[in-house]
Amino acid sequence: MSVASPQRVGTAAAVLVLASLPVWVGNSYYVNIASQILLWAILALALNILVGYAGLTSLGHAGLFAMAGYTAAMLLGAGHNHLVSDVVAIVVTLATTAVFAVLALRATGIGFLMITLAIGQIQWGIAYRWVGLTNGDNGIVVSTRPAPLSISLAGAGAFYLATLIVFLTAVATMAVFARSPFGAALRGTRDQARRMTALGYNVWLIRFLAILFSGFWSGVAGLLFIYYNQFISPQVVSLTTSAEALLMVISGGSGTLMGPIVGAAIVVVMKNVASAYIERWNLVLGVIFILIISFMPEGLVPGSARLCRAAWRRLPWGQSPTIDDPAGSMRGGLTSRRMREHAP
Amino acid sequence: MSALQIEGLSKSFGGLRVTTDVSLAVQPGERRLIIGPNGAGKTTLFNLITGELRPDGGRIVLFGRDVTHVPARRRAHLGMARTYQIITLFPRDTILRNIILALLGLSPLRWNAFVDLGAQRDLAERASAALARIGLDHIADRPLAQTSYGERRRVEIAMALAQNPKVLLLDEPFAGLSVDERRDVQKLLLAIPREVTVVMIEHNMDVALDLADHITLLHFGKVIVQGTRAEVVADPRTREVYLGF
Amino acid sequence: MTLWLTLAVNSIALGGLLFLLSSGFSLIFGLMRIPNLMHGSFFMLGAYLGVTLLAKGVNFWLAALASAAAMAVIGGLIERFLLRRLAGEQLAQVLLTLGFAFIVGDVCLMLWTGDPWQPATPDHLRGVVKMAGLHFPLYRLVIVIVAVLIAVGLWLLIDWTRVGAMIRAGVDDPAIARVVGIKVSRLFTLVFALGAALAAFGGVMGAPYLSVYPGLDFEILPLALIVVILGGTGSLLGALVGSFLIGAVYNFGQAMLPDLAYVILFLPMLLILVLRPQGLFGRVVS
Repeated sequence: MSVASPQRVGTAAAVLVLASLPVWVGNSYYVNIASQILLWAILALALNILVGYAGLTSLGHAGLFAMAGYTAAMLLGAGHNHLVSDVVAIVVTLATTAVFAVLALRATGIGFLMITLAIGQIQWGIAYRWVGLTNGDNGIVVSTRPAPLSISLAGAGAFYLATLIVFLTAVATMAVFARSPFGAALRGTRDQARRMTALGYNVWLIRFLAILFSGFWSGVAGLLFIYYNQFISPQVVSLTTSAEALLMVISGGSGTLMGPIVGAAIVVVMKNVASAYIERWNLVLGVIFILIISFMPEGLVPGSARLCRAAWRRLPWGQSPTIDDPAGSMRGGLTSRRMREHAP
Repeated sequence: MSALQIEGLSKSFGGLRVTTDVSLAVQPGERRLIIGPNGAGKTTLFNLITGELRPDGGRIVLFGRDVTHVPARRRAHLGMARTYQIITLFPRDTILRNIILALLGLSPLRWNAFVDLGAQRDLAERASAALARIGLDHIADRPLAQTSYGERRRVEIAMALAQNPKVLLLDEPFAGLSVDERRDVQKLLLAIPREVTVVMIEHNMDVALDLADHITLLHFGKVIVQGTRAEVVADPRTREVYLGF
Repeated sequence: MTLWLTLAVNSIALGGLLFLLSSGFSLIFGLMRIPNLMHGSFFMLGAYLGVTLLAKGVNFWLAALASAAAMAVIGGLIERFLLRRLAGEQLAQVLLTLGFAFIVGDVCLMLWTGDPWQPATPDHLRGVVKMAGLHFPLYRLVIVIVAVLIAVGLWLLIDWTRVGAMIRAGVDDPAIARVVGIKVSRLFTLVFALGAALAAFGGVMGAPYLSVYPGLDFEILPLALIVVILGGTGSLLGALVGSFLIGAVYNFGQAMLPDLAYVILFLPMLLILVLRPQGLFGRVVS
């Protein structure tokens, strides 16, 4: 790959555009939305490590996200400084993730989903009912944002840039991860777990480590969240939040890096727009879920591409009909139809 | 010392005894064919040998080492490889990447989350070489979805061979193949060096018999007849198992 | 002593309600292999419907049955026209039920507002029963009796009727069941509708006891999950035993550790997952 390959130029351009956003978007309201998109995108990317690369769907990621948030908020409230609070929060999140992983990996597929749902609900129960610890429904206020290198993050623009730096770091580590041998092994466990064991891989350990990696970035996203909102409440730990994160992954398309980012943008924008006009966000969330799962299960990014290709072919000047490439991510795999198509 | 020795292996599922007191010894370099009617417990036997299933009783000894309680994933590192009756390749990858994944399974590199797998020249070359040995290097970069069933069968076998196993377990390698494809696979199997001990389950007698030195006949999970090819073919019990008289 | 007896009665009353909730969930999970994430929604929506009918003066039992019937229709339609489209893709089906759970939750909020609603115990079921020198609310005992009757009814259905045999076959091996000629798709619709009806009936029965409020759906759903994981999927006996166990854990836990009562509920489930993943009475699902 040459220094000036289209991919690299494109990435550099994108980074430049993102970095200069506070300049060309004057209104701090929109800058804040951009910050939200970035921090939720980190959670979506973290979830996608499991959903897209490991083939393990979790409905409990809000718990890991909130674990970091609550831990930091409580430590800050007790008078500790930001660095200590944040580091301890991540460590605690990793420990929680390890327990989460050991329990959830007792099963795969639907069983995994149910266990993660249950664990998420346990954490919600603690946040909501153990008022002495978490202040219950009243939530915990985070009075100040951190000031790394004495730069205040109180303003929308400054906070956005800090979030962008974290986001780009996250994307970079995930890109490296995806291309690595470990990443390939993880995808192998998604596609043929049995075969992987026979080839000498430790499937359980691979999944466990992937969950830890996912938990780490979920925690980081959680920290960004409490600094953005300067507040955390049990609402964050709810099943709704986990479902929203999953929606971001599914709507954008799992198994790619752009998918969850696009999905996060879609969900955040919709949520902000919808809440201005409609009171019932859950209703909209549910309808979108159903529409996407029923008609575009592989996600909007691959799905739109597919529909565009299909539409192009139907136009008079398009190509003649070719063998359609059915939905990839969620329904992928060798099908008997494909085998028949390619028989000698 | 035998390459693979099974002693008194048994397995039940609930009340159903699928494997009853199976004993056999395969010598290094031997070609052992395991036959038997459907439901005889052949694939179960393979699953017990590779460790996917845990036996209720008995021992599995690999080149003198008792592996009965060794986890399945470690048996690959001890020189055991297998193919499956139903093709279990990685559907979203190219042929070359499939072989690379097989090679990676035995390499410490599989725990590395930092380097670029695509940039590992050594692995890629070894994978190419493995494909060349079975004559499939011309389609190395083709996605698996665009290959024929016969090509996939051969990739299955190549994957197992790529790990340089000491004992290779083939589960119905000729299943679902056309006449031409069967010839290709037969050529492949004949070309396997004698350093590799081969144990094969097969139904398809016309291709399989030629490859076998010794045969084990299973029925209802028990060994009925065992011996050289000539002995088993001539034995009246063989005909009885298949034809009922 | 009085406290323990009261807790015991409350435990079996809650257990009875949980059985009504989780029997349907267990059937759906056993046959269709999906955890129905809108099961709590059926419970809550059924409760709202029943309570609305009650407020209009409808007889309690009629209201409960009407509500169950309405949920059966809704459940049947959802299964027939949306879930069936995704046949074979369990994950997608689960997420679809989740989507519906969100929709139902908001619809209920829109129709019935955010105020909790606790109907009075129906007149003919009010009052106390004297047992062992103590007074117990009659209604709680009625809940238990109804739950047991339904358990017996379900057992008769599953073990003694043809439909039940087909359901059992479908639970054991859907592929073979199809080959033998059992219309598994229609069974799916039937079981999903039945599960919805049971949940709704439970919701109405529980309304005088638990009340109905926004959020009930997602609060009660994990309980069904816990009961079924504990008792083993597809096992009605497991659902029965699990329900009473969890009812006890909840009530006694509530009394001893009110802050963590909700969390304590999950501990038996986690224990079972670690020690015996197929549940107390379940089969190991490959």
